[in-house]
Amino acid sequence: MTETDTLVAPVTRESRKYAAYGSPLWQRVLLTREFAVIIAVIIVAIVACSSIPKFATPLTLSYLLLDLTPVLLIALPMTLILISGEIDLSVASTVGISNVVLGFLYAGGVPIELAMVICLAVGLFVGALNGFLVTVVGLPSLAVTIGTLALFRGIAVGILGTTSITTFPAFYKSLANANFPRTGIPLVMVLVAALVIVFALLLHFTPFGRGIFATGRAREVARFSGVRVKRTKFILFLLSGLLASLAGIYYTFRYGSSRGDNAVGLELTVIAAVLLGGVSIFGGRGALHGVIAGVVLIGLLQSALRFSNVTSDVINIVTGALLMASVVAPTVFAWLKSRLFSRFFPSPHATRKVRLQ
Amino acid sequence: MVMSTASMRAEAGDVVLELRGVSKSFGPVQALRDGELVLRAGSIHALMGENGAGKSTIVKIIAGLYQRDSGEFVLGGETVHFRSTADSKQSGIAVIYQEPTLFPDLSVTENIFMGRHLLKSFGRIDRAAMRGHVRRLFQRLGVDIDPDRPAEGLSIADQQIIEIAKAISLEARILIMDEPTAALSEVEASRLFAVARSLRDEGRAILFISHRFDEVYDLCDTITVMRDGAYISTDRIEATTVAGIVRKMVGRDVDSLYPKQTVPIGDVVLKVEKLTSTGQFHDISFEVRAGEIVGLAGLVGAGRSEVARAIFGIDSYESGTVTLEGRVVPRLNTVAAMQLGIALVPEDRRQQGIVLPFGLARNSTLAIKSSLARFGFITNRSENRSAADWLARLSVKANALDTSTATLSGGNQQKVVLAKWLATNPTLLIVDEPTRGIDVGTKADVHALLSKLAGEGLAIIMISSELPEVLGMADRILVMREGHMTADIPRSEATAETVMFSATHERRSAV
Amino acid sequence: MTTLTRAKNEGALAGAAGAFARSRELGVLLAFLLLLIVTVSQNPLFLFGPDGPRDLLLSPAILVILATGQAIVLITRNIDLSVGSVLGLSAWLTGRLFIDFPGIPVLLVVLAGVCFGALLGMVNGLLVAIAKAPALVVTLGTLYAYRGINVAWSHSSMINATQLPHDFLAFGIGTVFGIPSLAIVAVVVLLAAAWYLKNKRGGREFYAIGSDPEAARLYGLNVTRRLLIAFAASGALAGLSGVLFTARYGTIDSQAGSGLELSAVAAAVIGGVAIFGGSGSVWGAGIGALLLVSINRALPLLGIPDFWQQAVVGVLILGAIVLDRILSLRQAHRFTSIRESSHD
Repeated sequence: MTETDTLVAPVTRESRKYAAYGSPLWQRVLLTREFAVIIAVIIVAIVACSSIPKFATPLTLSYLLLDLTPVLLIALPMTLILISGEIDLSVASTVGISNVVLGFLYAGGVPIELAMVICLAVGLFVGALNGFLVTVVGLPSLAVTIGTLALFRGIAVGILGTTSITTFPAFYKSLANANFPRTGIPLVMVLVAALVIVFALLLHFTPFGRGIFATGRAREVARFSGVRVKRTKFILFLLSGLLASLAGIYYTFRYGSSRGDNAVGLELTVIAAVLLGGVSIFGGRGALHGVIAGVVLIGLLQSALRFSNVTSDVINIVTGALLMASVVAPTVFAWLKSRLFSRFFPSPHATRKVRLQ
Repeated sequence: MVMSTASMRAEAGDVVLELRGVSKSFGPVQALRDGELVLRAGSIHALMGENGAGKSTIVKIIAGLYQRDSGEFVLGGETVHFRSTADSKQSGIAVIYQEPTLFPDLSVTENIFMGRHLLKSFGRIDRAAMRGHVRRLFQRLGVDIDPDRPAEGLSIADQQIIEIAKAISLEARILIMDEPTAALSEVEASRLFAVARSLRDEGRAILFISHRFDEVYDLCDTITVMRDGAYISTDRIEATTVAGIVRKMVGRDVDSLYPKQTVPIGDVVLKVEKLTSTGQFHDISFEVRAGEIVGLAGLVGAGRSEVARAIFGIDSYESGTVTLEGRVVPRLNTVAAMQLGIALVPEDRRQQGIVLPFGLARNSTLAIKSSLARFGFITNRSENRSAADWLARLSVKANALDTSTATLSGGNQQKVVLAKWLATNPTLLIVDEPTRGIDVGTKADVHALLSKLAGEGLAIIMISSELPEVLGMADRILVMREGHMTADIPRSEATAETVMFSATHERRSAV
Repeated sequence: MTTLTRAKNEGALAGAAGAFARSRELGVLLAFLLLLIVTVSQNPLFLFGPDGPRDLLLSPAILVILATGQAIVLITRNIDLSVGSVLGLSAWLTGRLFIDFPGIPVLLVVLAGVCFGALLGMVNGLLVAIAKAPALVVTLGTLYAYRGINVAWSHSSMINATQLPHDFLAFGIGTVFGIPSLAIVAVVVLLAAAWYLKNKRGGREFYAIGSDPEAARLYGLNVTRRLLIAFAASGALAGLSGVLFTARYGTIDSQAGSGLELSAVAAAVIGGVAIFGGSGSVWGAGIGALLLVSINRALPLLGIPDFWQQAVVGVLILGAIVLDRILSLRQAHRFTSIRESSHD
């Protein structure tokens, strides 16, 4: 169809022009869920720094970032998985397996570098297992990863039993905890920043990323548009396993311990952060900068609460409440909107099943 | 199970339901402007109109699925406001939708009685009584479906029967059938009509929605025509002619609607040989040439879309080959099919065609995202450039490229889907129900576009359930029935009768 | 058309399919019996020891009750991950009631625990049914939040058996005609739930909602109310479990019942309750719980260290869902080929 003009002639009655965007730039940037979370981070940071004594120090920043690192590493692939319409609840157990395998191998005399590589391979393997069960066997990821959550954790606990390993090379331990000189910024942030850039590009600037969004929002449309839906999801589960095992290696050196029950429940924090950052649990919606803000917000809140001597249980309540708020908020917002403009929207009973003719 | 029916039993001829000046909008789209309908007891009333004429909206308002914006809805002499389907059910209205809505995991009996199970002592469900009731219902309908089997795996026709049994068991005063015969064979349909007549003779009012004139004239006594969301007329059936009704439905002369020009037919582009997929279609062989529009006709469920999906690599098939310009199209590989030059504008626009909340640009470049990427990266800018070009060519009405496609009218949405696929620069275009649910003006645009594309040498397969559209547009019509190809009719020999005959009868040579 | 023969074929097939669906529970039961035989052959004390039969029935009692509640929620195509935390809160409430109101009737405490649990479950139900938030996220959130409230309430202290009335604790480990009283409670709960799901309209509507939520609305079912009831039921049963937990173990801290949500989901899934709703039975969930707990108790006797327990849970969940998938694919294939043969 190179003869554009001949094609247009009978169909077009007037030549059309389209604006690239329907609303001005500031609206598209500022009036978003992501930006709201960023504002929340800034407010919490200001309030915390001004009201909690000794909070605004490089040391606080350092600990904050060090604690955030595993959550952030896992949140990257989790964002993609949720946007594609799936979920991976097994990530904390994968961290656990990686943590235990590293300790077990190192204690057994395997060189630490080789042990790390094996851990990453294990991560890929468990990711592949999830991916296989979801895409090839065709099982719901929720059920699969509840199962592998138990399985991987069970293996981690099974390998070490009640023992724990606490001797690791000092070099890696200090590397995991070190800051850039005279700042509160940990060295590991270089790795985190690099991965954030890679995932941001992957999600927002590649055909693969476009496919992730389409898959999550309308799987059938994606299939009909030549998106390799299964392959996409399989790759995402691989990435999830890989990054979770990386987080497990980091976790090991950061805390210098290898135990069967390390990082239990971490998947909840990750999912809470990702949903808080504006990713839809139903898939098809989300952006990486929102997720990073979500992770920082949860970390900041936890750190601030801890500084004010609030016990960890209250932090749990806050995390739980934030998680619920993040899913209820859109519904409440939509409900308010529909109350206001009820005339313009079909009733909630308008179903997908019975199509409009 | 007994509703307020007994007390409100109407005499034949009494008005039982009346809609006046009813309107309904969805956002900017006005689906119904001026709906009028009068149903009488002991009457079968036809509601006709093109897709998008507002028939379904009226049905859903009566069913309590939608709430009207304005107008009057009088039932048995009283104005009613249904807030849910339960309300309309309570008032003795039963609706049989085009697509049956059954619970796949539950038994046939439970599907019929869900929400109003027969009870015995202590409020226990009386399974034996329900089963007996269903047996009697099925006997009356002349079918033999096991009441205890799960609904999963039932054929569409059987599912339809269950919907009808459900409506009958409701003792509904008013029965609404929204294209119930679309997927039925002739035998099944005539059985349904016998039931409908006996229900009419019992004094019930029946609203019958259908596109098939023979059925309407066979069954109905009154006919209401709608067009573009508005009421046009109501007449006794004897006072009408098919031509007159069609004129009212379309609003202009029929002949001018389908402007396929005669163009030179080129070489074979697509060759399908002995394609078979168990349960879907059997031994399908045909060819499509450059510049040719091949119509694929048949009843809903005949396997037409399934063949299209198989060719495009969405679904697998057991045996047979598909070749495009001499090259084999691999099985179950949509990406390869696209690269070879096949494009498919799918049947269900909202589920398969566009990602509704996404913007115009994202939607219209989804199929070419890989070729838009530079060094592996894709940007809004490159998407916008391609999208603006194609959307303008099809004159899609929208302001900005990030406008959500959910806010567009059906016709504009369909143009976005067409733009998306034409952007892939195909050599074979398969369009599945290309004008379903779009307004008359856009419909003409789509027809003109398809004709033009064929003129430029594109090979086109057009699947359509609208007979006039197929007859008007196609150079050649292939007819399918229950998964088999039953006819290959050249344009010169194609009439409504020959096509319908093949769609409902086995080919004589077939086993 | 060959309607008659087709329908007959399908009838016979549906009978077979139905029989198989019924035998899913039987399959799990057989697995349980097999486990019993293998374990007993290794270590006869498992069944024939002085406490053998008692432990066999007592240990799974609480999980059976939790799994029953979980099955009801799963059948409606939802999930309740907060049951472990609800159990913990209810257990703590039970302890506090006995300490703060000496001489309080046991029955009143049971009632309080159940009502408290129902209330907590209702919070989940409101968020899911009215705020339309996905159950997975809502109950993950309340899992966190309820546990946090529990820790805050208990100030990390503990309640010991010495602070609880003797007859209450006796009930927890007592027997009636040799059958543990807790097991009797569990069986009564199971019977009641199974009866309701099979014989009451409300019970059947749970299945309908789980099978196709949109169709359920089209049918005019009151989906919101049903979901509220399902979550309240799950909460109430978790509340009851909390009371029983206190009676059985006597010692409670703020972590009582943590992680049990996973076992409850596992038990239901192993017993054939589909995680996406519409099918399965509480019987299956109950037997699943029995199998799960017994495997964990049997592992050490079979020479497998008991820290492999959780891995076994994982394998069982995965095995169960893979098996279900294979069977449903096979059934779909059979339906297709029967339709096919009727056309030719």
